[in-house]
Amino acid sequence: MIVADRKPINEILDMVKRCNKILIVGCKGCVTVCNVGGSKEVGILASILKIARKKEGRPLEVDEKTIERQCDPEYVEQLKDLVGQYDAVISMACGVGPQFLSEAYPEQRFFPAVNTTFFGGALQHGIWAERCAGCGTCVIHYYDGLCPVARCSKSLLNGPCGGSANGKCEISKEVDCIWDMIVRKKMEQGRLDDLVEIKPAKDWRTARDGGPRKSIREELVQ
Amino acid sequence: MRLTYPSSIKVIQVPCTGRVDIVHLLKAIEDGADGVYVAGCLEGECHFISGNLKAKKRVQYVKKVLEEVGMAPGRVEMFNLSAGEGNRFAEIANEMFNRIKELGPSPLRIKGAA
Repeated sequence: MIVADRKPINEILDMVKRCNKILIVGCKGCVTVCNVGGSKEVGILASILKIARKKEGRPLEVDEKTIERQCDPEYVEQLKDLVGQYDAVISMACGVGPQFLSEAYPEQRFFPAVNTTFFGGALQHGIWAERCAGCGTCVIHYYDGLCPVARCSKSLLNGPCGGSANGKCEISKEVDCIWDMIVRKKMEQGRLDDLVEIKPAKDWRTARDGGPRKSIREELVQ
Repeated sequence: MRLTYPSSIKVIQVPCTGRVDIVHLLKAIEDGADGVYVAGCLEGECHFISGNLKAKKRVQYVKKVLEEVGMAPGRVEMFNLSAGEGNRFAEIANEMFNRIKELGPSPLRIKGAA
């Protein structure tokens, strides 16, 4: 899923400092699963903003709405009678949300309430870790299910580098060296030779290096 | 025991403090409560295993939020006591009452009256 963190309250308060009436829109997709932008978190943010503004003596009217997904026009359309009633709209979805909302309702102002961080999964409740870099040409199978693009600090495809020590990356003792893990797994499986196999250079044009990306599936396009 | 505690304290019963959510504590503050405290079972003795530990973390979250918006984090608190400790219940009520008295009324009620 796409993982995000809520922005600091003061940053959000600053965005809406000139507003008297706002709408907070949550998303029932990834940000609900990572507990940052679902209906529950929308309620919490609404309450915090109301407390902060009431304390300043300038009460803020806050309405809440959570839609199925903010990355699909059919759900974004459900807001058409609502968005015009507010001074601004805060989106609690990933970075896609405020953009889809802005494109659908160009006359309104949309603010992001979260910082979108990475594609990852939950290690346990409350802890998420990055697992995919969305590079567009998956090579996980070469490395036995461990992705060096997302999990090596340098995205090396021929690691480990000299910064690997005791299974940790030189950037932090908290970060595992994925190349240490790849090599150990290959050794355990008796397939270390896989790593000396010469492979063609990875095609980075499918990653961000090729500019903004678009995916077209002809069989679905109407 | 005929113990007394300040009459300004409103008791809201929940089946377990694990039911108390962040938004419940925030709503109380938002609606003008001078303080909110959660009285849970002793740590390690939750009938539902970890309800009181979850409540503790939620109280900590709200404390952080209050600090961020410039309010005293001491306005929310978590206490742990067993259901048999009537004395301790009254003691905690008085402790919280005195703390709030020192902090004064909620700034939301002073400025937000309009």
